[in-house]
Amino acid sequence: MTVPLVEVADLRVAFADGPVVDGISFTLHRGQCLALVGESGSGKSVTARTLIGLTGYRSRVSADRLAFDGADVTGFTERNWRRVRGAQVGFILQDALASLDSLRPVGREIAEPLRLHTTLNRQQRDEKVRELLASVGVPEPEVRARQYPHQLSGGLRQRALIASAIACDPALLIADEPTTALDATVAVQVLALLERLKGSETGLLMVSHDLSVVARLADRVAVLRAGRIVEEGPTERVLHDPRHSYTKALLAAVPVAHAKGARLSAGPAPALAAVLAGSPRTAGTGPVIEARGLFKSFPGPDGDARSAVTDVSLTLNQAETLGIVGESGSGKTTTARMLLGLENPDAGEVRVDGQPLAQLPRAARRRLQFIYQDPLSSFDPRFTVRRVIGEALRAAGHPRGERRPRTLELLELVALDPGVLRRRPLELSGGQRQRVAIARALAARPEVIVCDEPVSALDVSVQAQILDLLTDLQQSLGLAYLFISHDLGVIYHVSDRVLVMKDGAVVESNSVSEVFAHPQHKYTKALLAAIPRLETAHRRPADQSAAQPADNRESAGV
Amino acid sequence: MRTGSLLRRIGFRLLAGVGVLWGAATLSFIALHVTAGDAALATVAGQGANPTEAVLRAVRHDYGLDQPIYVQYLRYLGRLVRGDLGQSYQQRIPVAKAIAEQLGPTVQLAVAAALVAVLLAVGVALLTARRRPWIGSLSSGVELVLTSTPTFVLGLLLLIVFSFKTRLLPVSGNQGLASLILPTFTLALPIAAVLAQVLRTELEEVLEQPFIVTVRSRGMRDVAVRVRHALRHSLVQVVTMSGYVIGSLLGGAVITETLFVRQGVGQLMLNGVTNKDIPMVLGIVVFASVVYVVVNLLVDIGYTVIDPRLVTR
Repeated sequence: MTVPLVEVADLRVAFADGPVVDGISFTLHRGQCLALVGESGSGKSVTARTLIGLTGYRSRVSADRLAFDGADVTGFTERNWRRVRGAQVGFILQDALASLDSLRPVGREIAEPLRLHTTLNRQQRDEKVRELLASVGVPEPEVRARQYPHQLSGGLRQRALIASAIACDPALLIADEPTTALDATVAVQVLALLERLKGSETGLLMVSHDLSVVARLADRVAVLRAGRIVEEGPTERVLHDPRHSYTKALLAAVPVAHAKGARLSAGPAPALAAVLAGSPRTAGTGPVIEARGLFKSFPGPDGDARSAVTDVSLTLNQAETLGIVGESGSGKTTTARMLLGLENPDAGEVRVDGQPLAQLPRAARRRLQFIYQDPLSSFDPRFTVRRVIGEALRAAGHPRGERRPRTLELLELVALDPGVLRRRPLELSGGQRQRVAIARALAARPEVIVCDEPVSALDVSVQAQILDLLTDLQQSLGLAYLFISHDLGVIYHVSDRVLVMKDGAVVESNSVSEVFAHPQHKYTKALLAAIPRLETAHRRPADQSAAQPADNRESAGV
Repeated sequence: MRTGSLLRRIGFRLLAGVGVLWGAATLSFIALHVTAGDAALATVAGQGANPTEAVLRAVRHDYGLDQPIYVQYLRYLGRLVRGDLGQSYQQRIPVAKAIAEQLGPTVQLAVAAALVAVLLAVGVALLTARRRPWIGSLSSGVELVLTSTPTFVLGLLLLIVFSFKTRLLPVSGNQGLASLILPTFTLALPIAAVLAQVLRTELEEVLEQPFIVTVRSRGMRDVAVRVRHALRHSLVQVVTMSGYVIGSLLGGAVITETLFVRQGVGQLMLNGVTNKDIPMVLGIVVFASVVYVVVNLLVDIGYTVIDPRLVTR
């Protein structure tokens, strides 16, 4: 066999507060794609960075063997590494907006490795930049090369970042979450580009938290947890016949088509009804929110009005989940803000329980609550959890004496230990924060919770827990959800009915099963084609529990 | 659209600048009338005479001081608009002329000090940002001492070391480059210290950004990463400090020029204050406001050069 491109044996990386990578070994050959999969903190990114000697200062790296193209790199000096970086190893980070220098045109960024590693003169570099941009599928390369990252769309930015990584034809390409910041349809295109670049001579090392993303591309998968590889093997085998319990849990947590109605996280549903005995409303089936002909536009940078929402109508019934799916800029959030009364529509009307929202008294508006993608920014960083929830209870008109027991009750509802009461938002994990946000929303005993990308910032296993929690709460409290997400898998999992939005307008609206089984609009079809899926050739053992869909939730009507 | 929005921005800034000048002029006018006592007396008293009531009345009439206060205010504004800063009580020449005569040496000193301060700050920050912890602490400590040392103490120390003991540099005067060195550093060091603090904090934050990892992953040297990429991102903060810098330069010039017996606007100001030459002091205040407004306008254009995103936004 030929010399492996990358050989790693017993790699260990430690920072001041302990080891991050704790004995990892793998090999990667040319023409191959290896995916390192794991949740945040598993050590996958740090492992990738050891291959370019960029683990950060004050890190301690040791390995039995760390070889690149047959050459041992364990004793590499900074100067040695610089010859490797950019020339032999190309590195692609997630979120090109943050990973490209925002103050320079992308053309100069792409030319930088050429300037550092080749003898090309300026004209030749410019020429090469245009070729590179064209080769990664960027239209009008001359124009784009002169633009700044913020002037490009997410997909074009990511392509530009890839172009800068492949400028010197590296033998190894490392892609750290290359599609995480992208909309689904764009992510598919970027993955296809990476697949094309892999070719026969280049090795690709992918790092991702998302098994379904790597399923498309990787030949082999290594699942990382707490700095160790818990399972490694060919992608097919790992996805369809996982051997380690952690891999199984990760796979089960992905909301894929056949898991609808099933719990995504391990453990039984808590008996929430017992917690809130007496308080659940009798869930009816009538509409809670009705919106007719909503329009909203905002002034653009040139002063012209840009239409954000065009003629959107929707109905949200009691105790049902209406999913709104669409890519960034499609008007999902603006629509939600109008439903909550946070934004006044230019035209159209929102009615809550048959009354115009604008005439609703303050107290009645509290029946509508919301949770965001990033609860951290919606908490006062100096407030403890007790104060965050106490504040919400005060706003909801709870007398002081009752707040304490009610706070504990709310914590129990969202399955948080009372120990978190003294903590501040920064001392909580992402999942705990989202639970606190849910508890805060529940403080006002709402009928409707608008959930704006509530799980998009979470690891897949935490996402599974939060989605399960929302389902449990809906069943025991009779809540209606307006659930906004760009993730079709999530939307499919939680929704009874779905609105598909594009460019501010609703292009399709139907029951979730209809939309997914018989999409009408071509945009919906494109979105569906872009869902990353775990190949369904074989059914996973975990799927058997999904055999009984929750029919009562699906039949809530259109 | 780019140039259009830039022009709009500049236009807006100019309007705001006029507002600032008007405010400064009005405050000066109020200060004059609250504190100066009898302006006619001050005018004549400059000659050391003991004027009679008739003389004072004549002076009041000549200067329009017998007019209602709002007429005086409007006339004062009218003179300012025409660029007339009034007559110095003491020197008997127009204030504008007096300032113009003394402007050269002060501009020399201020520009030299500003350059030295910025170069020192950039150099020190680039060298000390995100290194071993003790390097940052040491540099920060030195900067704190420099910032908190009064200008005259700093100037005296420099004089003792470089002039009295070693006779390397002249003690005072306006002759040639050598005489500019000590005043320049006296004025520049405290400013450099503050700027270096701000710039280092900013650089350390920028060096944590993902795009820096991307740049390093291309194989760029650490020095080049700092100079070519990180520095520009941190300059915005330094440019924001320009208001502070101008203030320090103008304020420091008074002390520095006195200490090193240099001619200049600072000396003019000091003489104006000690001799109760109110028009002179106010003229310099208005002049300083103009400098401030102009520099801020340039700074605002500077932002868009540093960060092109500010134009399209």
